[in-house]
Amino acid sequence: MGLLVEVVNEMVLYSLDFDVKARDFDSAGEVSSNLRSVLKQLSLNPDVVRRSCIACYEAEMNIIIHSYGGHMEIEIFGDKIRITAEDTGPGIEDIELAMKEGYSTAPEEIREMGFGAGMGLPNMKENSDFMDIKSSKNGTTVVMEILFK
Amino acid sequence: MKLKEVKEILNAEVMVGEEKLEEEVFTACGADLMSDVLASRDEKAVLLTGLTNVQVIRTAEVVGDIKCIVFVRGKTPGEEILELAKKAGLVIMKTKYPLYIACGLLYSNGLTCRSGE
Ligand SMILES: Nc1ncnc2c1ncn2[C@@H]1O[C@H](COP(=O)(O)OP(=O)(O)OP(=O)(O)O)[C@@H](O)[C@H]1O
Ligand SMILES: [Mg+2]
Repeated sequence: MGLLVEVVNEMVLYSLDFDVKARDFDSAGEVSSNLRSVLKQLSLNPDVVRRSCIACYEAEMNIIIHSYGGHMEIEIFGDKIRITAEDTGPGIEDIELAMKEGYSTAPEEIREMGFGAGMGLPNMKENSDFMDIKSSKNGTTVVMEILFK
Repeated sequence: MKLKEVKEILNAEVMVGEEKLEEEVFTACGADLMSDVLASRDEKAVLLTGLTNVQVIRTAEVVGDIKCIVFVRGKTPGEEILELAKKAGLVIMKTKYPLYIACGLLYSNGLTCRSGE
């Protein structure tokens, strides 16, 4: 019985793919908007929906603001959601520093748009049950998982 | 506090959602940086901001508990923003007061940042 449940849980029930363009502020937020409607249809716990959407939105904004463009994949399993945000770009030089609340390299024009508080990455960590960042001079990949619990 | 009281206290103009002014709100927050809003754990039903771009509406959608957005300092949001807000079922107001005063007025009239009452 336990084994069967595990096997079912490991299957991807639903998967969504999006291209995210650098500096495309007009479509910013569409990935998480789409995610929200899918999660609502699956009638998941509102807290899971909320945390997933916030984490997804911040990841999407980071691609738009800090990279040359990228791609997001959202996989919904029986027991969790996995969000993968992958971009090509300058990468994050010091991940530990970037994770600090308030640390931001966003330029003034981005701040004028309401971003660059340096809260995105710490908030993604806060809202997910698992987060991993890999970054090099060629780009960044962030993986987050939110468990249904 | 009812949204119509928010309107009165702030001497605000309602731009979207006139029919929802009887709705009750218990919490509010003021911010110009949207990831600050996204990072705050407190419940917030009214968002006061000086920012007037689509990101404000997107942020409200993502946060989920925001019912009303008040644009401060007399800033007028564009048509596109109002359209998005309509779709999202939000109430939009604008007031001449700056952010600090608008927040202070609501707070001193009993709209605090705690959840529930
Ligand atoms: N995908 C990315 N590519 C390159 N650098 C990044 C990326 N994501 C984050 N960073 C770097 O990490 C810093 C912190 O990111 P974080 O999301 O916490 O804050 P922010 O995006 O600057 O502001 P906020 O998210 O509050 O609007 C950024 O300022 C940037 O220097
Ligand atoms: Mg960010």
